Amino acid sequence: MKSVLGDRKAILILLGPALLVYTGVKLVPVFWSLGLTFFTGNPLSGYEYIGFDNFVQFFRDPQARAALGFTLRYALVLSIGQIVLGYALALMYVFVLRKASTFVRTVVFFPTVLPTVAVALLFKSLFAVGQQDGPVNAGLDAFGLSSIDWFATGGGTFVVAILMELWRSMGFFAVLLYAGLLDIPDEVLESARMEGATGWRLVRFVVLPLSLPVLLSSVIFSLNNTIKVFDTLLALNDGGPGGQTTPLTLLMYRTVFDYADYGYGSTIAFVLTIMCLLVTLAVFRSARRDNTRS
Amino acid sequence: MAIQSTATRPTATRPDPSRPGRAARPGRAGRSLRRLPVRLLITLLVLVEVYPIVWLVLGSFKTQNEFFTEPTWALPRQFSFDNYQEAWLGGDLARNLLNSVLVTVPSVAFMIVLGIAAAFALEVLVWKGRNTVLLVFLAGIMVPGQMILVPLFTAYFQIGLTNTLWPLIITYTVMGLPLTVFLMAAYFRAIPREVFESATIDGAGMIRAFLRIGVPMMRNAIVTIALVEFFSVWNDLLIALTFTTREELATVQVGLLHFSDEYGATEYGPLFAAISLNVLGMLVLYLFLNRQIMAGLAAGSLKG
Repeated sequence: MKSVLGDRKAILILLGPALLVYTGVKLVPVFWSLGLTFFTGNPLSGYEYIGFDNFVQFFRDPQARAALGFTLRYALVLSIGQIVLGYALALMYVFVLRKASTFVRTVVFFPTVLPTVAVALLFKSLFAVGQQDGPVNAGLDAFGLSSIDWFATGGGTFVVAILMELWRSMGFFAVLLYAGLLDIPDEVLESARMEGATGWRLVRFVVLPLSLPVLLSSVIFSLNNTIKVFDTLLALNDGGPGGQTTPLTLLMYRTVFDYADYGYGSTIAFVLTIMCLLVTLAVFRSARRDNTRS
Repeated sequence: MAIQSTATRPTATRPDPSRPGRAARPGRAGRSLRRLPVRLLITLLVLVEVYPIVWLVLGSFKTQNEFFTEPTWALPRQFSFDNYQEAWLGGDLARNLLNSVLVTVPSVAFMIVLGIAAAFALEVLVWKGRNTVLLVFLAGIMVPGQMILVPLFTAYFQIGLTNTLWPLIITYTVMGLPLTVFLMAAYFRAIPREVFESATIDGAGMIRAFLRIGVPMMRNAIVTIALVEFFSVWNDLLIALTFTTREELATVQVGLLHFSDEYGATEYGPLFAAISLNVLGMLVLYLFLNRQIMAGLAAGSLKG
């Protein structure tokens, strides 16, 4: 019987093309890029071997440190926001709206599918249409507050970027966590209610511990994506003002394509990869813990 | 905190009198009053999600003058499609859309074809080393695109693919492959191997069993994965920006990004029209497929 499923020709025909393309366009470039971290220059000017100088430069370069710091701050704040808002929405879907939640769920999810560039340009206009006030500043005026020049400061741009991403992704995280909440057996909730756990207590002592696994994987997913943020900040304010909202991805892009230093650019990409790897390793650890428990 | 922790003790069986369990009884008026804050909250939520899009579409009908003289929440004075015409013809939007279609359709198709075959070979067929190969594919999920950008840029240039759409198609295909293989493998895992074994008893080969039985059984999975990958390719900026060496090759996202630069001073009407077209296109797709899209995107993310 095994011989049918071990048909070598079939394996080669089915797996061969995918493996070939994957090796040539992903695996080889990864190692190529890794090799480039020891060089400086580009194909036109030629490469020069410099050992670990790129890494030394990375940790000395104030621009790189600023980008690293910004990336971490952005990922952390946004991930917390996404999970907290998403979980609050999911709880509302399950415990307050119940069967009637389909419409709200669908509406709130919609911005998830929109292109980031389009959303960023929309939000840019919401906060300022050229030199004119957008609806946000007009709203602040209406409440007697003074309008803010959002894109003149790094802090203002940061706030807009976070608000924009939350607007776009909270519906997605709500659906993700909603699915996790639905997996909690009704009997568990019922018996907890019999014990007198209602409202906030039910959530705090019964629901939250039970949805910990799905919360954890959502955190990892969120971190993994927010670390790689690129188009949001590029489209919103071009990484500015003065590079204050430039994440590692954008710094890497500029280093390679504006300053033509392929070696240093690859080094930044490598640091980014290590960051993603660390986050993903955390998934596997948490997933394994999950398996042993069930 | 002290009060709450007593709730975890098994002795706390008495219902909490302060809880609204009783308050629900006084009748309909009391209940709808209690629901009021929830209603308000939900209305606010829907408003926050919908208003920016409505404002955007309204803005797409305004003239440049209206943007600067009228209050920002004013309704447009006319519903003419001049801005759309301007965006479509003046802003290269038509060409950008065509490029996006020419890139997205083949990329997703290649991904699905390569991915489903590889997943079948890795999950259904039994051979030594298949777990290692699967792991190598999965490792690709966590490597960010930045890590392959520089070598690919160099390689495409040397091969002479620059100035075509092929760099985009090839790169997207490979970047989407790990997730496609992973999800397809998960779907194949749910099908008992005997189905394929018995299919080959009458002498038909494994390839035939794959095409005749494996692929049709994956129909739903293919739709789901195609949707997930469609969005990730269509909405991408990084790869498109890197390999779009000439204006004629720009995809929708690259075109949008450069839209405001084109005239020096931004023409807000056409810009809003261009963004609106992007948003409304997705809205149409979402109206028909929202169930599959929501399920698919959620499934695609929990892979870790």
